[in-house]
Amino acid sequence: MCGTCGCGDEKGVTIENADGTHTHVLPDGSVVKHAHDHAHEHEHGPAHAHGHAHDHGHAHDHGHGHGEDGVSAVETLEARILGRNSELAARNRGWFAGREVLALNLMSSPGAGKTTLLEATLRGLELPASVLEGDQETANDAERIRATGARALQINTGKGCHLEADMVWRGLEELRPEFGSVLFIENVGNLVCPALFDLGEHTRVVLFSVTEGEDKPLKYPHMFRVADLVLITKIDLAEPCDFDREAAYDAVRQVAPGAPILEVSARRGDPSGAGMDAWLDWLRTQHRRLRHEDEAAQ
Amino acid sequence: MHELSLTRSVVAIVLEKAAGRKVKGVRLSVGALAGVELQALRFCFPLVTEGTAMEGAALHIDEVPGKARCTGCADEITLDVPLGLCPCEKREPLALLSGDELLVKEMEVE
Repeated sequence: MCGTCGCGDEKGVTIENADGTHTHVLPDGSVVKHAHDHAHEHEHGPAHAHGHAHDHGHAHDHGHGHGEDGVSAVETLEARILGRNSELAARNRGWFAGREVLALNLMSSPGAGKTTLLEATLRGLELPASVLEGDQETANDAERIRATGARALQINTGKGCHLEADMVWRGLEELRPEFGSVLFIENVGNLVCPALFDLGEHTRVVLFSVTEGEDKPLKYPHMFRVADLVLITKIDLAEPCDFDREAAYDAVRQVAPGAPILEVSARRGDPSGAGMDAWLDWLRTQHRRLRHEDEAAQ
Repeated sequence: MHELSLTRSVVAIVLEKAAGRKVKGVRLSVGALAGVELQALRFCFPLVTEGTAMEGAALHIDEVPGKARCTGCADEITLDVPLGLCPCEKREPLALLSGDELLVKEMEVE
């Protein structure tokens, strides 16, 4: 009998084929070749489906195929838990690419200065831009952004602690960022959960302020490791906070060795604050690269 | 509490594959560096599965250790937290080998 599935005649010869199928030679001399991805009847028990491709030689401690009731079966899935979000993020990515929209995902703890930075950025950046604002409650941040003249849409996650790709998709349908523009996605203030959820953005910007302590990247490594750029905000407060710049840079490098670091002060939403020029230049460079304007100029 | 979202994803994946059959058990593979609190996942599981074909199903979680190789000293080290630099003298970037996994490995169905 077939050693893998128990099917076939006891006296039959079984050949394991390289393609995963078996060949059985039945007593009457006929040859049956099959794979294990179809349902078939067992002479010794109730019918059950072998809709799986797993190796019965594994060492797991659970019953399979022939449990006490004779009807349970283990099926291999190998499915990525975040697979659905990744698919939706890929759809967002395609949406951005088709419209040449530079999408940035801004993440930090609550109060690190994301919205203030955006106010200053929108005042200083001459490129068309809009904002998707993620917060658990209130439309306060979207109203602050609109006061700069930019378009903004508030996404309230309710009890949700992070944005997911489908929320961004619904936001895009409503906000409809214009062709060739910059889209800032301000994630829910949280240094833990948003790290796991791809939104389809081009760039992940992770912020932390000088008031939060130099070791923030070491305390929240899951977030900082995914950063494409780290922004140290409220740099105008570095001195009164005894901010240790060396220690902060070292902490970022330990977790995200490849991420560039910029320091900014966006106090009162003023685009002329310390470090704002470098940040705005970085944005312009990303935008030019996305639109292949550097190559066109050559 | 992104574990609630993750649990919902697990349940959606399994219920779709089970196609109405009663699910008796689920096996996940979770890396040590995947940013998931296993206790929270275990807490959420019975809540999310209640009233579905997965109600009462056993949750098995295989933990995958975080492993990385230093690009400087070539040593393979075990990581509990996702650091990017090797603690060796050279302090070169680490190449992650395992520990990022977040998979539904298999399900047991009736």
